[in-house]
Amino acid sequence: MTFAAARAILRKDLAIELRTRQSVPAMALFSVTVFVLFHFGLDRNEIDGSLASGVLWVTLLLATVLAVSRLFAAEREDGALDGVLLAPIDRTAVYLAKASALFLYLVLLELIALPAFAILLLGPDLTQALPELLAIVALADIGLAGVGALVAGLAAETRLREVLVPLLLLPLLVPVLIASAKATKPLLMLNPAATDLGKWLGFMALYDMVFVLLAVAVFDFLLED
Amino acid sequence: MTENAIELAGLERRYGERSALSGVTLNVPAGATLAVFGSNGAGKTTLLRVLAALLRPHAGTANVLGSALPDEAWKVRGRVGYLGHDSMLYRDLTVKQNLDFHARLHGVAPEKVEEAIAAVGLEHRAGDPIRELSRGMVQRAAVARATLHDPAILLLDEPRANLDPAAAEALEPLIGKPSGRTRVLASHDVEHALAEADLALGLKAGRQVFAGKADEKQVRGLYA
Repeated sequence: MTFAAARAILRKDLAIELRTRQSVPAMALFSVTVFVLFHFGLDRNEIDGSLASGVLWVTLLLATVLAVSRLFAAEREDGALDGVLLAPIDRTAVYLAKASALFLYLVLLELIALPAFAILLLGPDLTQALPELLAIVALADIGLAGVGALVAGLAAETRLREVLVPLLLLPLLVPVLIASAKATKPLLMLNPAATDLGKWLGFMALYDMVFVLLAVAVFDFLLED
Repeated sequence: MTENAIELAGLERRYGERSALSGVTLNVPAGATLAVFGSNGAGKTTLLRVLAALLRPHAGTANVLGSALPDEAWKVRGRVGYLGHDSMLYRDLTVKQNLDFHARLHGVAPEKVEEAIAAVGLEHRAGDPIRELSRGMVQRAAVARATLHDPAILLLDEPRANLDPAAAEALEPLIGKPSGRTRVLASHDVEHALAEADLALGLKAGRQVFAGKADEKQVRGLYA
């Protein structure tokens, strides 16, 4: 029943995003704008290594904040969240649906942001590093989505959510930023070096597992009065 | 002996330091209609939200359909239909998409959605987003949402708001006396609510002024 309810909520969220196009286009536009700003701000046509890795992941992280702030936007209008809470469902379903929606938004964002990054800023050829980069992106996205949905639920009913979301979310995502940037750095060097990829992927998998389990355990209480 | 659908004893609910409900004690037999009266801010909506298991009582006991709140709230959810000030519908989804969504959450067969839309007379607007409907139509869609899962208890907060007389009449089988459900009706329409009610509850600043049988003079006194 939990998964059926989660599927129903996810389908509803995707239908709303498809109709309003409020989250993914904003995230994509934000990311491309930041890449353009870095292009001019650094006064460099090409970057590589730790700088490229840092720029990429900080941009994706900040774009995530936009989506997290809007994750419960539809529920806040006309008491729609009450309608969901009145249903005989496990409230974990709401978390699973919101985390899945955020994960899909991130995947769509990266389909636009990664090529834009490669064109606007990156020196080395991205296609060489693609298989490893996809593994890093997948694990990072699970972490961003898992923690993002938790924070969105926490801030959903608060008046200061615009402030609260970045203040809570960004510190919690520091481990993801460190791991994904460290794992990505060797892949974006002009002369690829030896990597600790396995170590960082393992770290991210552990982070994802801990936070998703924690969120599943506490989300019910977050939506309680 | 008629079983009670709702049993409240010394019910209290606060918002911070402010008491929104205090000492509410009454029983509502199954199938009966309770009308709740009180001026703005008297605690009517708070009472309905407690009964819907959306708010936790802070003191006293609340028993709904044999389940104690808040501990057994999960048993109550899905057995009450709540028609509040807000439609609880998604503005960017169509009437049909909204009801399909609620049908999935409540485990209601998909074909019931068409019946619910027809019952509120919105067949011709089923494919329109909620944001494009008039307020009266939104209220009709909200009635369809609140009754879709055939709830045992209906919690109605100004249910006739935004409805023209013909629409209000047409919705009587769903939310009126003929529905046969236990109903808690919060309304400022004293005459209509008293005509509908088997029992009345008067609230003033969250405190129970009267409970049980009430006459119009007593109710009008609340608004004086």
